[in-house]
Amino acid sequence: MTGPLIDIRNISVGFTGKSSATLPVLRNIDLKVNAGESIGIVGESGSGKSTLALAAMGYLKSGLRLMEGSVAFQGQDMFARTRTELEQIRGGELALIPQNSGQSLTPTLRIGAQLVEALRLHADVPEAQYSAKAIELLGQVRLPDPAAIMTRFPHELSGGQQQRAAIGMALAGEPTALLLDEPTTGLDVTTQAHILELLRDIARDRGMAMVYVSHDLGAIARVCDRVVVMYAGEVVLEGSTRQVLKTPIHPYARGLLASIPRLSDPRLPVALDGRPPAPGGAGQGCSFIDRCALAQDGCRTSRPDLERLPSGEAVRCFHYQEAHQLSLTGSGAIPASLDGASPSALHLDYLAISYRRPGLYDKVLGRDSAGVPTVDGIEITVAKGETLGLVGESGSGKSTILKAIAGLLPPSGGKITVAGGQALAPEVEHRSPDHLRKIQLIFQNPDDSLNPRQTIAQILEQPLKLYFGLTGDALHQRSAEILDRVRLGAHYLDRLPSQLSGGEKQRVAIARAFAAEPDLVLCDEVTSALDVSVQAAVLDLLNDLKATQGTTYVFVSHDLAVVRALSDRVAVLYQGRLCELGPSADVYAMPSHPYTEVLLGAVLEPDPDTAPTLSADDVVELSPPAQGCPFQRRCPRKIGRICDTDTPPWQQGVKDHTIKCHHSIADLAAAQAEGAAGQRA
Amino acid sequence: MTVTSASPQNTGLMRTLSVLRDVVSRPSGAIGLFLVVFHVVLALVSPWIVPYDYKAMNSAMMLTGPEATHWLGTDHLGRDVFTRVLLGGREALLVTGIATPIAVTWGGFVGILFGLIGGRIDEVLMRVVDAFLSLPWILKMLVLIVTFGTGIEVLIPTLAFFYGIPVIRIARAATHDVVARDFVSAARARGHSRMTIIRHELLPNVLDTLMVEGAMRWSWMLLAFSSLSFLGFGVSPPTPDWGLMIADARGFMSFAPWGVLGPVIAVSSLIIGINLTADALAKALGIDRAQKAPV
Repeated sequence: MTGPLIDIRNISVGFTGKSSATLPVLRNIDLKVNAGESIGIVGESGSGKSTLALAAMGYLKSGLRLMEGSVAFQGQDMFARTRTELEQIRGGELALIPQNSGQSLTPTLRIGAQLVEALRLHADVPEAQYSAKAIELLGQVRLPDPAAIMTRFPHELSGGQQQRAAIGMALAGEPTALLLDEPTTGLDVTTQAHILELLRDIARDRGMAMVYVSHDLGAIARVCDRVVVMYAGEVVLEGSTRQVLKTPIHPYARGLLASIPRLSDPRLPVALDGRPPAPGGAGQGCSFIDRCALAQDGCRTSRPDLERLPSGEAVRCFHYQEAHQLSLTGSGAIPASLDGASPSALHLDYLAISYRRPGLYDKVLGRDSAGVPTVDGIEITVAKGETLGLVGESGSGKSTILKAIAGLLPPSGGKITVAGGQALAPEVEHRSPDHLRKIQLIFQNPDDSLNPRQTIAQILEQPLKLYFGLTGDALHQRSAEILDRVRLGAHYLDRLPSQLSGGEKQRVAIARAFAAEPDLVLCDEVTSALDVSVQAAVLDLLNDLKATQGTTYVFVSHDLAVVRALSDRVAVLYQGRLCELGPSADVYAMPSHPYTEVLLGAVLEPDPDTAPTLSADDVVELSPPAQGCPFQRRCPRKIGRICDTDTPPWQQGVKDHTIKCHHSIADLAAAQAEGAAGQRA
Repeated sequence: MTVTSASPQNTGLMRTLSVLRDVVSRPSGAIGLFLVVFHVVLALVSPWIVPYDYKAMNSAMMLTGPEATHWLGTDHLGRDVFTRVLLGGREALLVTGIATPIAVTWGGFVGILFGLIGGRIDEVLMRVVDAFLSLPWILKMLVLIVTFGTGIEVLIPTLAFFYGIPVIRIARAATHDVVARDFVSAARARGHSRMTIIRHELLPNVLDTLMVEGAMRWSWMLLAFSSLSFLGFGVSPPTPDWGLMIADARGFMSFAPWGVLGPVIAVSSLIIGINLTADALAKALGIDRAQKAPV
């Protein structure tokens, strides 16, 4: 067969809006995927990237329809094929790996049965060999003990294992092309790095083409040869991964890259202000015009075409030659930081939290059922005006600690004291109004933390009425002032949360927390539900508020680069236990604890020249070990029995940099240097 | 996404209007709402438009069939059936019209409270509710009515009490979904009282479910009221009532079916109307898990 494997020609896809006009979701898209080639599609949420990937399968979500253009797979039009033909191709020659495999696997069927079904439908294997072939596939996706995994149900596997099983199923039909829709979003950093390596290897070994849809440029950089950048349903830039990530010539791509926080850069990322136009909302001109620094009058009146350049790139911009003027890296502010000694704002004194409570049987039988606490031995002091970052993978107990500080989850041991040495009551119901006001919590997802039935005014009035007893005009005026502080106009007061964008909603949530004039703000993954360009703006806002209000933050995130951008000090948690604690600059420059080393090594940078270091395997542990070091089961630098039996001591490094390990920091540094030398040799 | 601006007071009103428009735009909603409004209006104006006195007996014209002077014929005492059908819903609508809001209010409040408290207390109390619901309703109600009499002053509290209990279940289940969301945690962490959380955070989000549930309860309650009348524990003669009329006329059903047919059609059309409206309302409010708009 000659010609591209997937050939998408000038397709436009739209839906019928309320005013019965057709609103386009995709506009005039051309995309060719050659055999064995790996293409990344990036863009913000709503840019149409998933719709495009699904259209490549000849599938459109209900309500959407093809307005023009054609999609050919292996030279034949996908939209002209019959249902039976499509069923043959989908899952066979052309397989899809969706974002959340935990949800796409059938919960009531064992993994083995699901794989056999995929083989029966799509593979050319005699029935007697189904089960042997299924085991072989599970082995290929590097699942430990494939025969045992065959008999498991999806819920018995971890998120990473589910994703591997889904990849195994997709491979059953010996696909020539694999469509991946955000396949690693929601997975832990270490797991994500391992899955990406697996995908790279599989694609290379089998000569398989991949269409990789993601908002994560780090993941794209790792697996893709070519990248397509989408904006408001259009392709705005296309080129090799190196061209797009290193020297992008479209202003949007440059803005997007500058808004990503980097591990290597202590500066705050630069926000890309504004939001993309809604479907049908783009005017006659360029759809990016409202957010573009290079925009001129001409951009408003006519829409630029996708221009193919001799360099192999394609760009939709009149002024791409000037795009290099726009900075690619954070020229943003250096985060406000603390100088000199400051009194303590929060002290966690051997905090322990246990989710499990003794049940009736345990009481009757006199069993000690509390078992190993989920979070244990957390001892941290946060100075006034400081930002403490709490990082760790899912299950590391970081959000649990925040809930305990907020009083939503009473600790099972230890104490929490605030400024002035006053102990906090464990339950929020028993705290004094003053304590309640001084500690505010901001949640991960503003869709969940803002009441959908309340207007923004009603949302902001709640803390104002409760803590300050404001009423009438004073109340209204104060709400407007607070909204202004998060850079939203007073006209937002009458809106409902559903009428705001994700970033605006999160600003309202921040405004609500700051309405209480708190001393301590607890931020629980506050940017992880947001697009990168919006994330930078929220980080900038938090940094500003800290500088003007002198607020102390405890900032929880699984994203190490985000934590780096904002934190003065960082605490690394594993399985609810502290591993490493120290000034951000030191911890990031010299990650000493073996876990920190593994974690930072797995972070993907949006740069094709960097590769993650994968040291420990990506086993997900469900509960901490009863004794010894919490990282004992995965540690690449394990000493021996002492790690299993004895709780590691604190090891002092330079300044306040400490780790909890049986190795000393100096030993670990030597071992890391040796490892690096070994790799070079 | 359309961005509209409105003052806070208007936002609620605008939503009500748009929901109403949505209900009417659905065939089930349009038919249902028409039937309900038709019955309610008729119940209000019927005393002034009925052709005969509902008490007037006529021994010369017993069980005559439908004709020009008596559209639905006459009953065994020679009373005009059409007149009595027109008037026969008044008691039922009055009693259920008062009892339904009471049932939804108290059941809703208790359900939300259970849902908010959660934990073991909630589990134990819900098992009590389940046990209570497992008894046939008619038995429970008859016990009270036989003890306290059959007047409106007994019927309304009895119906309101018994029909509030299933509302507890629904309100509790809806509350459980809301309580798990972060805005409730946020309110708790701010230190709001339980009542404030119920009023500001939970109630607005449970209200949709309660409205639909209320409509469903209303139709069940009408059925219960008619059944009680049928058994002789509701409205006392000679006041016309659909249930009572069916009870009186069923003996002659084989040769004078109009006596049964009139009230049966009346009560069925009202109940069907309420159910259709509830259905459309659920869809308009998005509680019904039907298709949603793409994107």
